[in-house]
Amino acid sequence: MGDLTELNLAEARDGLAKKEFSASELAQAHVDAVAASAPLNAFVLETADKALAMAADSDARLAAGTARPLEGLPIGVKDLFCTKDIRTTACSNILDEFTPTYESTVTQNLWNDGAVMLGKLNNDEFAMGSSNETSRFGPVVNPWRGADGQNLVPGGSSGGSSAAVAAHLGVAATATDTGGSIRQPAAFTGTVGMKPTYGRCSRWGIVAFASSLDQAGPICRNVRDTAIMLTSMSGFDAKDTTSIDRPVPDYEAALTGDIRGLKVGIPKEYRVDNMPAEIDALWQQGIDWLRAAGAEIVDISLPHTKYALPAYYIIAPAEASSNLARYDGVRYGARKAGVDLEDMYAGTRAAGFGEEVTRRVMIGTYALSAGYYDAYYIKALQVRRLIAEDFAAAYEKCDVLLTPTTPSAAFPIGGKVDDPLDMYLNDVFTVTVNLAGLPGISVPAGLDKDGLPLGLQLIGQAFGEEQLLRVARVMEAAAGFAARPQAWWKDQ
Amino acid sequence: MSVDETMVRRIATLARIGVGDEQLPGLVKELSSILDFVEQLNELDTQGVKPLTSAVEATMRMREDVVTDGGYPDAILANAPERDDDYFAVPKVVE
Repeated sequence: MGDLTELNLAEARDGLAKKEFSASELAQAHVDAVAASAPLNAFVLETADKALAMAADSDARLAAGTARPLEGLPIGVKDLFCTKDIRTTACSNILDEFTPTYESTVTQNLWNDGAVMLGKLNNDEFAMGSSNETSRFGPVVNPWRGADGQNLVPGGSSGGSSAAVAAHLGVAATATDTGGSIRQPAAFTGTVGMKPTYGRCSRWGIVAFASSLDQAGPICRNVRDTAIMLTSMSGFDAKDTTSIDRPVPDYEAALTGDIRGLKVGIPKEYRVDNMPAEIDALWQQGIDWLRAAGAEIVDISLPHTKYALPAYYIIAPAEASSNLARYDGVRYGARKAGVDLEDMYAGTRAAGFGEEVTRRVMIGTYALSAGYYDAYYIKALQVRRLIAEDFAAAYEKCDVLLTPTTPSAAFPIGGKVDDPLDMYLNDVFTVTVNLAGLPGISVPAGLDKDGLPLGLQLIGQAFGEEQLLRVARVMEAAAGFAARPQAWWKDQ
Repeated sequence: MSVDETMVRRIATLARIGVGDEQLPGLVKELSSILDFVEQLNELDTQGVKPLTSAVEATMRMREDVVTDGGYPDAILANAPERDDDYFAVPKVVE
């Protein structure tokens, strides 16, 4: 039977269908792998009993011939998704032992399709971070190590998701992306991460960070698995007013391998100062791969690119300061007693929020306050329109865009924590996509000089997920990325 | 644009986050550096540009004005730090 955690999602699905092994055997292998992964700190809560019970149900359905699309497939869930009767913290102290009495729509969709839950995955507190170092549960360690054996970050905010998938602790994981939090960690761990179009996946039951930018998506080990996961996660939900009511295609069926005649835009503004030569070279390699597959390469311009990050660091904190107002020690989470109500609020929030969350709530509060609202918040929303219009103009000349995912490979734990701005620059290539509400996907494309994975990003048009996945699959096949991290964590 | 300690204290009050005096110098530095960074937006002339509030232009859906949910106070109160019967309990507000 071999080690069942070696199987990717589609392989496990097909093996279950052929009865080569049972869902219970598949679940047990993953439960054991998760239990042996403590040095990575990817899981903040293991739900082994639930996984085995769900797998037993899957075995009954497989035997009865009523298997659903994800029947018996073990996955991890970012701790930002509310899971009924299972502690959900957004990795913040302020949520304490919060145990939802309801299930997020995206995870419910996955359970309805037969997926098996392995547990909750670490993330940056309230998804605010690019290195998974702001979690109340401590940093996640990247399964990949540099030449010197140093511990590296797995990216963030979905660092538990990316590390777990890279370490074969599940065939897939759910994640969320507000400024790059799916794609950047995918790039840092040699995995595939996709943020779909805003409105494609319901936000209902996901702990809110910046509601006009937040979007759920999968992290998987290849493009086909990503397409399968996205098909199950997507769909209209009346409980999310920004959910879009349009049919969900079978994304796996879109992987035809044929991109002849497709126009791929190369935005010149993404060639930033101080970008390592190897990232530039990888980008050129990606261009060559797509050209060789029959695509036409078009030079395009997104002139307002450099203003995306500053606009984001007004808009996202502004929305966060509003969303996080709900954590007041009254309805859920931790409470710190005070002499009066105001004192209770201030004490509860001071004790419950970490440094980065405090910083962002304060920046957002300032940007929305009387006298500064127009100068900061309205100005940022105007720039957001200019950025969205850049993309609209580009898509008159091309079908998809190709860029690097990140300006560097994974960096050492502790390397950037003292400089918030330096940390923010991680999202320079990903944040534009959230501001414009477009779909984006990161595909592992090569290794840097230290043997660490690097990703290339493809950006699609609104609801152009099928085309985007088709190109991603072609690029993945051309890249032939097969490198794996050594499983050092199993020996510790 | 930089902020000073008075402004940081004012923001903390608005945000209902208790900030100790010893935290002020660090917050002044960090918030000022972020505000300096976003200052570059002023290089752009945005006169007449309509603010973009949502990435997807969609109109709000209407639905029947009927009760579709509710009736489970225990579920709503299940995570309350303090409750009194079917109510959230808070420190005394009115003397």
